[in-house]
Amino acid sequence: MVPYIIRRLFIAIPVLLGVTVVNFIIINMAPGNPVEMFVDPNTSQELINLRKEQLGLNDPLWVQFFHWLGNLFQGNLGYSFSTYEPVTKIILERVGPTFQLTILALIVGLLIAVPIGIISAVKQYSKLDYFATGTSFLGISIPHFFMGLGLIYIFAVQLQWLPAGGIATLGREDDFFDKVRHLILPVLVLATGIAGQYVRYVRASLLEVLGQDYLRTARAKGLKEIVITNKHALKNALIPIITIIGLEIPFLLGGAVITEQVFQWPGMGQLTIQSIMSRDYPTLMALNLLTAFMVLFANLFTDILYSFVDPRIKYK
Amino acid sequence: MLEVDHVKIAFQSDKEEVTSVEEVSFAVNPGETLGIVGESGCGKSVTSLSIMGLLGKNGKVKKGQILFGDEELTKVSEQRLREIRGNEISMIFQEPMTSLNPVFTIGNQMIEGIKLHLKMKSKDAKDYAIEMLNKVGIPRASEIMKEYPHALSGGMRQRVMIAMALACKPKLLIADEPTTALDVTIQAQILQLMQNLQKGSKTAIILITHDLGVIAETADRVIVMYAGQVVEEADVFTLFKDPKHPYTQGLMASIPHLEYENEQRLVSIPGSVPGVKQMPKGCRFHTRCQYATERCQQEQPELEQIQEGHKVRCWLMEEAPLHPVLGKPKEELVT
Ligand SMILES: Nc1ncnc2c1ncn2[C@@H]1O[C@H](COP(=O)(O)OP(=O)(O)OP(=O)(O)O)[C@@H](O)[C@H]1O
Ligand SMILES: [Mg+2]
Repeated sequence: MVPYIIRRLFIAIPVLLGVTVVNFIIINMAPGNPVEMFVDPNTSQELINLRKEQLGLNDPLWVQFFHWLGNLFQGNLGYSFSTYEPVTKIILERVGPTFQLTILALIVGLLIAVPIGIISAVKQYSKLDYFATGTSFLGISIPHFFMGLGLIYIFAVQLQWLPAGGIATLGREDDFFDKVRHLILPVLVLATGIAGQYVRYVRASLLEVLGQDYLRTARAKGLKEIVITNKHALKNALIPIITIIGLEIPFLLGGAVITEQVFQWPGMGQLTIQSIMSRDYPTLMALNLLTAFMVLFANLFTDILYSFVDPRIKYK
Repeated sequence: MLEVDHVKIAFQSDKEEVTSVEEVSFAVNPGETLGIVGESGCGKSVTSLSIMGLLGKNGKVKKGQILFGDEELTKVSEQRLREIRGNEISMIFQEPMTSLNPVFTIGNQMIEGIKLHLKMKSKDAKDYAIEMLNKVGIPRASEIMKEYPHALSGGMRQRVMIAMALACKPKLLIADEPTTALDVTIQAQILQLMQNLQKGSKTAIILITHDLGVIAETADRVIVMYAGQVVEEADVFTLFKDPKHPYTQGLMASIPHLEYENEQRLVSIPGSVPGVKQMPKGCRFHTRCQYATERCQQEQPELEQIQEGHKVRCWLMEEAPLHPVLGKPKEELVT
């Protein structure tokens, strides 16, 4: 197992390198440049050129890239073009809120989806099944911005039960309940989409398992139906689900761009939008690198997890 | 001990009901081995699953009764059925490769049933499971307990299934083609094992197979099924010496004989089993029977006793009940 992991990590290096090259090219292909994005229209061209010179933007692209890469190997991700803070610091500030939001949404989504998926599969073609699959379809197809705005309108504007956005009320940053109140709506929006998807995955996967011979063996032992479904069938059905979750986690952690924007949630999704708007190359490069890294890491983690759930799989 | 009486089983499929088994009657006594033979699709598995109450949500016993001791299995509660399954009646299935759950260890799957029915503590259940595995001839039993099914060969898995099935000392063991998926030497070992275990315990066995050789070696009494019905029932000697039903005779003739080396003839019964949806009127075998008469095409014969312990479902019996053998059926050359 350990040699396998080490080998996978070594394979990851060229992949990450390739990803950064492609990212760098794409980012620089976007029209406009960072300086023009934040200067006053009245600033003289000389000043702009000076600024560009200072930021190294007048160098050829490949020089800029190797400069960035050289810094990266020294553990330096550079400084933000718009706030002049170290990129590492900016991103670290954003990681926490995004993780809180998305991990919570994933947990809530799965807690809703798994039981409903099970019932839906066990009672296939019943009214309950039709209702569950129908509702799940709604959950998948409702756009995050629409649901987010709708919830804000109802619960924040009309009923005034919950805050409309942000991560905490000013001056009450340490208040746990205040945090929870801020989390409810964005988590609900994200969890709805997740639950909708996973109801279908769980249902389909379980249906496939329910016809297997080993469940007949389990029945012939005299086990209760609930043990048969929740023990014998479910563990088999969850194997493919784990892969799907593993592949999806990096994108969740990369930030729920729309939801964070709607709820003014200071996470990585919001940071991504802001850095694109201001052509903040160093921050964008770092965000992309982080996402690529998480994808590779999540894949590896999924494979390892897989070998724990499915005894037939062994890595050497 | 077990009495299956005029059972009819139907499956609901797309608004339509399909009768799979009809007029099936037989009895099993303590300690005996009843063989059930018949071509593929004649209803052997369905019959045995109905005894376990495992027909699934689409399958149902429509007529007749299944008496186990003094209980009517088609009428008892699901709760009571669960107490019986794996405890008083156990079952081994045809496919050892897929009959064990791939994601749980052998130990886990063995102990589950033991704890449930024998109310043992985990530690005792584990020791007992190891004892059972030893009994069915599994080497390194305590290590095998920690293995997952994929690490075992087909023969080993079938041994595990047998150990599991016999753990609670059932009164009846239903073995649905337990050796069909195994190669010949392993087949013989498994059958031998089942017989040895039976001797020590008075467990009755229903052995389902389409291999007459297996029947000859293991069964005390045999029922022959055709198209969802029992067509002949006799003790194993009578059946092989004096088969009455033309279908049984056909089956006997289709056993390859090594003695006739130079002839190299393999005989088969012409035609094939009618599907559940196009059951012929009258005797179900008349479409393939060379002795069929007008009457066979019109009226369905009953399973009649012609001698002590020998029952046949055939109109010819009425005409010549004690006719020794109806003569060899016309042979068809296959090879
Ligand atoms: N779940 C089911 N739904 C509908 N029909 C079924 C079902 N199970 C079995 N049948 C039908 O019942 C008939 C008897 O099947 P069964 O499995 O008992 O045959 P068998 O004698 O065990 O054959 P084999 O030797 O191939 O195992 C078949 O025609 C089959 O199509
Ligand atoms: Mg069968």
